[in-house]
Amino acid sequence: MQDLHTFEIKPKKAFAFNFKELVDYSELLYFFAWRDIKVKYKQTVLGFLWAVLQPLLLMLIFTFFIGRAMGVSSEGMDYPVFAYSGLVLWLVFSSGVTNAANSMVTNAAIIKKIYFPRLIIPVSAVLVALFDFVMAFVIFIVILLFFSAPIKLSLIYWWPLALLVTTIGTVGPGCLLAALNIKYRDFRYVVPFLMQALLFLTPVIYPVSSIDQLWLRYVVALNPMYAAISVFRLPLTNVPPDWTLISISLVSGVLVFVIGLAYFRRTENYFADIA
Amino acid sequence: MLEVKGVSKKFSIRHESPYLSFRDRVMDLFKPTHSSSEEFWALRDVSFEIQPGESIGIIGKNGAGKSTLLKILSKITPPTQGRIIGRGRIASLLEVGTGFHPELTGRENIFLNGSILGMKRQEIASKFDAIVDFAGTERFLDTPLKHYSSGMQLRLAFAVAAFLEPEILVIDEVLAVGDAEFQKKCIGKMEDVSRSGRTILFVSHNMAAVQSLCTKSILLQRGELKAMGSSANVVAQYLSSLDSQAIDASGFIQIHPKESDKPIRAIEVLCDKRRSATTYMGCEFEIRVHFNASQALTNPVLGIVVKDFQSTPLLGVNNRNYTGNFITTPLKAGYISMKIPSLTLFEGTYHVDVHLGDEFKDIDVLTDCFQFTVEPMPFTASGELPIKSINRMFIKDIAWDLNPTNHVE
Repeated sequence: MQDLHTFEIKPKKAFAFNFKELVDYSELLYFFAWRDIKVKYKQTVLGFLWAVLQPLLLMLIFTFFIGRAMGVSSEGMDYPVFAYSGLVLWLVFSSGVTNAANSMVTNAAIIKKIYFPRLIIPVSAVLVALFDFVMAFVIFIVILLFFSAPIKLSLIYWWPLALLVTTIGTVGPGCLLAALNIKYRDFRYVVPFLMQALLFLTPVIYPVSSIDQLWLRYVVALNPMYAAISVFRLPLTNVPPDWTLISISLVSGVLVFVIGLAYFRRTENYFADIA
Repeated sequence: MLEVKGVSKKFSIRHESPYLSFRDRVMDLFKPTHSSSEEFWALRDVSFEIQPGESIGIIGKNGAGKSTLLKILSKITPPTQGRIIGRGRIASLLEVGTGFHPELTGRENIFLNGSILGMKRQEIASKFDAIVDFAGTERFLDTPLKHYSSGMQLRLAFAVAAFLEPEILVIDEVLAVGDAEFQKKCIGKMEDVSRSGRTILFVSHNMAAVQSLCTKSILLQRGELKAMGSSANVVAQYLSSLDSQAIDASGFIQIHPKESDKPIRAIEVLCDKRRSATTYMGCEFEIRVHFNASQALTNPVLGIVVKDFQSTPLLGVNNRNYTGNFITTPLKAGYISMKIPSLTLFEGTYHVDVHLGDEFKDIDVLTDCFQFTVEPMPFTASGELPIKSINRMFIKDIAWDLNPTNHVE
């Protein structure tokens, strides 16, 4: 008998955050992500190809219909490189947030019967999206080679940073929506629409410089993914970044992250009662 | 050691829809008062202490707060007041197989389920062979779980949980399922657990199982601790409280009120076509379960379990087994009747469980929801009844024959 620690069960405080417990359960986080990845690819014929096909097809569509037809500029990159570099992170965000938002409802049976830190569920949903990113990223390298795109060595720090910002920017809204979804089922319908709208409202497939009004640029930069995508493109372009906009986006991302976690934490204790 | 001090749990029941809709919440902002909600104390000031190595039975009628107590003990829901102090790892088997995924193989599910139950990966790996051995499913380790029979799934699930080795084990009615041999294995495993100085909390409606597994028991009634003591005493107290609870001789039992989202509204007991909970041996016996469901039922299934005074099941039947599902368009309200042309139960008092569900699952389960008595009625030529202590049921037509010739030696 190794861990005979004393425990205490009592009415919960709203904002206490048990970080140690989360570390104790890190293996379960891994298992949940592992289960979802395994199940996802077991059930489909094309398996892992799906993770690659989605950004690839979207890139082709946008290249022909927006890049060519509408002549959108692309910050000095080849438009396909520009579009794919945005989409590959965008898909982490959109599928991560969508998975996380539904995750508490799909796992309601487990939540009602077994205790573990509930945060594990939406976070593991985001991990699944990050796994897809790894697949899609391999194709990104191929695309870069194909267009022999010039790359700066600064990618060693910009790309991990971009991924970190993406993760924070995805976990925040993911947790917020997961908690809201279990309380108000309306959000099930809101999320897919929101993701679709945000794709066009954010500079993913067009550069922010193509927006004429300055105030509108500030609004658009409120999306946490703006910073992530801009930072991700830094090693690929010579166009100087707009640090003001990136800072706005970063602050917005951290803010949503904190709010999302706090709200999730506040409602977490009662999930088992209302799920 | 486990100390429960003054634990209470309050639920607010919102009338109307079970889910909150965001629209309702928005509309509430404009209303002077918030929409009607009612407070309900599922547990009220419950305190007790358990020493290491004790196994404790928790008994009480449906709605007495047993499940809520288990949920609080296993940290699934926090108490509203009070606290619990304990030592070691708590594991709950509120329902075995939680987290099993049909697409994953047996091997994968063992790891997933073990991890959900709180085991470390190394721990699972080191116990893996023992788990598989206990479940007896070696041959199907790499088969997806969806191809397992339900009995095999259950065995695998219990096996994972059995090797968890927590200091405090919380069990809720898992023994109700599985074949007899496997049940024996499970009970043996539980006895091992309690012998090794661990604590077991066992909730069950099976009084015989409670008495054989638990030295002490707790009786809950309407959320309050009614009694704690030796299992024999507490079980006796519980059973007598069932009997004294006015046998409603009218044969009409009101169940859930109109506002409830549980479908069963009332139950009728008929003896020779007249409402009565007092019946006699050989009468025409009918149970009618009246329902009004918030969500329409497709192919409703009615299950009836008749148990004797010790809660030992004697008869468990449902219409699907007998005549197949009722094929209907989705139906909200109505009644289902079960009619036995000639009741073969011996004289005595019987408790009844009622299960109402659709083709896939139970929707409303009432344990010990009513009882009826069977009066003696001579059916033999001599007018004498068979000896009561060795008969639970009777068979009217038994051919007895004495043949003086052609005997074999």
